Amino acid sequence: MSKRIRVLVAKPGLDGHDRGAKMIARSLRDAGMEVIYTGLRQSPEQIVAAAIQEDVDVIGMSILSGAHNHLFPKVIDLLKEQNAEDIIVIAGGVIPEEDIPALKEKGIKAVYTPGTPTKEIVEYIKNNVKE
Amino acid sequence: MNLIEKMLDGDKRSCAKLISTIENDGKDTEKIIKEIYPKTGNAHIIGITGPPGAGKSTLTDKLVKYLRNKDKKIGIIAVDPTSPFTGGALLGDRIRMNDHALDPNVFIRSMGTRGYLGGLAKQTRNTVKLLDAYGCDYIFIETVGVGQSEVDIVKAADTVVMVMVPGLGDDIQSIKAGIMEIGDVFAVNKSDLMGSERTATEINMMLDMSSNMDRRPPVVMVTANRNKNIDNLMNEIDKHLNYMEEKGLLSERRRSNFEDELINLVELEIKKMIVKETKSSGGIKQYAEKLLNREVDPYTIRDEILETINLK
Repeated sequence: MSKRIRVLVAKPGLDGHDRGAKMIARSLRDAGMEVIYTGLRQSPEQIVAAAIQEDVDVIGMSILSGAHNHLFPKVIDLLKEQNAEDIIVIAGGVIPEEDIPALKEKGIKAVYTPGTPTKEIVEYIKNNVKE
Repeated sequence: MNLIEKMLDGDKRSCAKLISTIENDGKDTEKIIKEIYPKTGNAHIIGITGPPGAGKSTLTDKLVKYLRNKDKKIGIIAVDPTSPFTGGALLGDRIRMNDHALDPNVFIRSMGTRGYLGGLAKQTRNTVKLLDAYGCDYIFIETVGVGQSEVDIVKAADTVVMVMVPGLGDDIQSIKAGIMEIGDVFAVNKSDLMGSERTATEINMMLDMSSNMDRRPPVVMVTANRNKNIDNLMNEIDKHLNYMEEKGLLSERRRSNFEDELINLVELEIKKMIVKETKSSGGIKQYAEKLLNREVDPYTIRDEILETINLK
């Protein structure tokens, strides 16, 4: 049996809409990945703790509330604290174009805005997770 | 292998990495189990099973909360199904257990079944061994949502908690063979819903019908999401373990589970040998071809194959 790609799909912060996150979770599942879904209203600390226990290759976060500039970098910092910066972090949601460069500089590997075909996300994960 | 040392030292990430190695059937699996095996055998292994949506995750969450107040170290293995078509899985049991995410003494791991059909994942037993060596006092195995015959949990756990809910059929369902036979403790969850008394009565009647039972499993009414009666349920789970220990049944159960595990292990090796040894002569396919053409019967071919791997 070979390695399966494991992805944590999480909703940090206080927004209550997870249809997008569920869509992504479903697409990744259909692409043959093991998706751990944490549900709504997770703190960055909870997300990182879950990612470590589940030994995921990728964390995918979705935010619609506008708190991305605060919450995404927090997750990156916590991963570093735990020596777990090898976990790829990608993000999506309602994120203004002008915020994206700073997020990427902080360590978010890819940022997807509304309308992104899920196939693109699947491809990115498959191409970037090391065997 | 310093991951093992770190794991034994309580490092969660190392423990998680070791589980992944085992889950992926990595070549180090044997080495890991050999090394940690002497440190296992201390945890009380509790199986939580029942139909999809019965509240297994919520109930597990509440039992864990109760045990954490008593300062116990807990491991949870939550199994969800893997797609037979894509190999992917959506593992969603954590949603109900997020309160424990930051607790250093709770380790939660989600597993996909990866083709295994008995209600557990292929490597559940080895993962239990790891969490046991990791120092957990209690290890919960939450099965996939079960139907009528996914009973493998009984071969992996010391105590099986069967979680039922009202509204799933008449009393005939409760006297069918299979899943209803394996509960050591029955929990009727969502007991605030209409029909829960009746469900409990039906289970009780089913249990009273059984002859040859020196211990009659208790039926506990609980409402997990309101934390109602969880202490009673945990009390019954502990009572079951005490009973098993007193009567010498715990060793008996664990021994018989090991028999099963050993047969599985050997079977797996023989399968690998067959594939390897028949490869040069065209693989198992050529034998199938003979069957298809009605040249020989299956039992003659079986003996022929066993000869090639020197077992006959």
